[in-house]
Amino acid sequence: MSHDTTLDPGIRGDLPLRIVMVGHVDHGKSTLIGRLLHDADALPEGRVAQVQKSSDARGVGFEWSFVIDALQAERDQGITIETSRLSFATERRRIEIIDAPGHGEFLRNMVTGAASADAAIAVIDVREGAVAQARRHLFLLSLLGVRKVVIAINKMDAVDWDRAAFDRVAGETRAYLAELALKPVAIVPISARGGDNVWTASNAADWHDGSSLRDALDALEPTPATENRPLRLAVQDVYRDGERRIIAGRVESGRVKVGDELAFLPGGQRARVATIEGWNEPVARIAAAAGQTVALTLDQKLFVARGHLAVTAGAAPDAVRRIRVRAFWLAQKPLLQGAELRLRVATADHRVTVVQIERAIDVETLAPVNADTIGSGQIADLVLEANEPMLVDIAADIAATGRGVLVDGHDVAGGCLVLDKLTTRARRAAARRNDLRPPPERLTQARRAEKSGHTGGVLWLTGLSGSGKSTLSLALEEQLFEEGWRAVVLDGDRVRGGLSSDLGFASEDRTENVRRVAETAKLLSDSGLLVIVALISPERGQRADARRIIGDEFREIYVEADLATCAARDPKGLYARAKARKLTGLTGVDSAYEPPLAPELVVDTTSLDGAASLARLADYVRSQFGCRSSTARVIER
Amino acid sequence: MNMLAPAPQQAPQSAPSNDHLDELENRSIWLIREAYARLKPLGMLWSIGKDSNVVLWLARKAFLGRVPFPVVQLDTGMELPEVYAFRDRIVQEWNLGLRIETCPPESEMDPTLPPATRAAARKTAGLQALLERERLRGVLVGIRRDEQGTRAKERVFSPRSLDGNWDVTKQPAEFWDHYRTDFPVGAHVRVHPLLDWTELDVWRYTRREAIPIVPLYLAQDGKRYRSLGEKNVTFPVASNASSIDEIIAELETTRVPERAGRSIDSETEDSFERLRQAGYM
Repeated sequence: MSHDTTLDPGIRGDLPLRIVMVGHVDHGKSTLIGRLLHDADALPEGRVAQVQKSSDARGVGFEWSFVIDALQAERDQGITIETSRLSFATERRRIEIIDAPGHGEFLRNMVTGAASADAAIAVIDVREGAVAQARRHLFLLSLLGVRKVVIAINKMDAVDWDRAAFDRVAGETRAYLAELALKPVAIVPISARGGDNVWTASNAADWHDGSSLRDALDALEPTPATENRPLRLAVQDVYRDGERRIIAGRVESGRVKVGDELAFLPGGQRARVATIEGWNEPVARIAAAAGQTVALTLDQKLFVARGHLAVTAGAAPDAVRRIRVRAFWLAQKPLLQGAELRLRVATADHRVTVVQIERAIDVETLAPVNADTIGSGQIADLVLEANEPMLVDIAADIAATGRGVLVDGHDVAGGCLVLDKLTTRARRAAARRNDLRPPPERLTQARRAEKSGHTGGVLWLTGLSGSGKSTLSLALEEQLFEEGWRAVVLDGDRVRGGLSSDLGFASEDRTENVRRVAETAKLLSDSGLLVIVALISPERGQRADARRIIGDEFREIYVEADLATCAARDPKGLYARAKARKLTGLTGVDSAYEPPLAPELVVDTTSLDGAASLARLADYVRSQFGCRSSTARVIER
Repeated sequence: MNMLAPAPQQAPQSAPSNDHLDELENRSIWLIREAYARLKPLGMLWSIGKDSNVVLWLARKAFLGRVPFPVVQLDTGMELPEVYAFRDRIVQEWNLGLRIETCPPESEMDPTLPPATRAAARKTAGLQALLERERLRGVLVGIRRDEQGTRAKERVFSPRSLDGNWDVTKQPAEFWDHYRTDFPVGAHVRVHPLLDWTELDVWRYTRREAIPIVPLYLAQDGKRYRSLGEKNVTFPVASNASSIDEIIAELETTRVPERAGRSIDSETEDSFERLRQAGYM
């Protein structure tokens, strides 16, 4: 629709206010939109007659929601599928309505609509209150950055405009919003169907102050732009124009002007802005502010590419590999700990591992809950780790570079806000790594493999205590030794006695222990040894860490045995001690074990005896790392 | 950070000195550059109408005068003569490397479609042939949400299956200016840089930038074309607006839908929806 009617030209240049409608599917959003457009006199000619015709054809009374339900499929199912945009004008300004569908499975559309809104109207049926779906929408609004919310308490006519009913729902909704640090702009009792308190105030509720929804919309102010933030310029592309390099990008926060010295991260090379290029512009631009696209040339030739971030020289954000985020998940496939995703922040694209699901958040009570998986529509705090340092900001400081989307395969599967940047011992060590200059190696991998008959590699045996990891690893080492291999075992208990004697068994200590074992295994593997690691390593995130540190030579071997079998074997007497309550934190008993989701090999020691388990593992090793084995390759998995 | 600490405010959409058209222009340029960076090979459809003229203009701005991808007209041979004359003039003046894709004849279209809708389906078929031959991964198209109800439901980056079909129930999430751009081989993406513009925005921008238009948009003898399509399925509407200023004044008060002169939209209740699901622009 394109009839923003008769605004005063003086405010014509103002931006339209974008409003998203949220709430439960049956609480009357579409009806309210139809009513608003009609009362604002914003419907195109013929639409009312068309709606009457559609309503008659389907045997319903005049159905306001048909006004926006342009798709036949929607009309027949009686639900709004897609985000659609409609506009009308008050005397003050133009307002665009984004209808966010309430149906649970259409969450993607709700997020799509809400993300571009300046403010929201939450429609709540007075008879039902703020049900789970409405609360989820409100929570998502707070994450998406929509801070201004008008509450329309609808269907007041169905409770005879009962003040107590209104106060109850208004109170509970206000309390919920307060927990999200949101304050409603207004709470209005309405009847969308009857038009009471929508466009004009109604006499139906003599206890109400006489303001309508339109008054509440008129009182909203668009979010003011803020330029007093540090410069973040996301590089989108680089174009060649003869000898010149033109850097295309967008100012995500702050300002940039000709002559400014910029640092391009992650490299950190510096140059000054020579020009801001344009085409068919009456005056050459000399500055750009947040939200503006730019095409820059620099006074020096630098290597710049998409995904780089330009900042004011000397004011770069800390780069970290590990961040804590608050995420919302949209994909049907649940999110699991250990999942490998891509995180896109501005134009940067990082491969990340979900090393920890810290907690999920119950949207009804806002209580943290333990969770192993995060389903569609759920909100959770996660720890993400990337291969390389990430240049992100804390979301509360700079929104545009403090939030991003999570991509699973081809799909945008969720979004997240950066809550914290995590720097641990290991991260600090990684930061120092740039200064290290290891001596060049004289022996090549090829020469080593030619001599020993195998390449280096790491078999990472994970499983419960008593599953047979140590026994199997020692037997394998012996067998390979007899065949002339250079093999070595790194056993959990031995490592704990020395290399990691300063660590306990808390999750963070176990993670550090895994890191040390993985780094050691990598050193040995790089020297051409076949390394057999026997370590419970109970968390998927820890094993994902190990895989990342070790790289292509890593093989996850799940030594599988059920808990009863392990407890019966009990080679170290641990299960007996746990049973007698002399030991706590035993994996599988009172500490979780997360079985691998896609191990390279499973050795089931409950069904296979020792010799068969060993044969299976040895065959696998020869097939993967052997160079001159004449035995046929074993097809695994 | 407090577990329930507030999320940040929305990123600023514009600097205070920016007006609405600047905001729209900045975002559309960003989208066109994004499409060029992420979807290779990319093409652009030019219908020679007011909207795609704006897209073409924005593409020239985005790449500083030179459009680095093919610009294609899906030609049914049925455009009004003024449209062809305008096309040939612009191709010459702008030194445009235009490709003309001749659409298959109406006799090859789905016979169950109403007559005018069948005529429009020729463009879908022409686009399909273009996509198959050029193996385009992305196509820039100048549609807007406010034109028509089904277009209101579009995404900015709108994925299409191998046969060009649009599945309105399975559209990806789009937020914070992140768009899905990875797709299985064979699928393509329609990119809609003008999706959030209104008809008035297009005219105000056309006026501000002095973008040339087909003269048929301006009234002659009490009639003008508000929306341009093939001569057999498009009709002028009553109007006295003989300049862009007058068009803008007219649109500020009109209640007639933009596509009122397009017969394909109203032949049956779902005719345009069926066209779009099958891959129409």
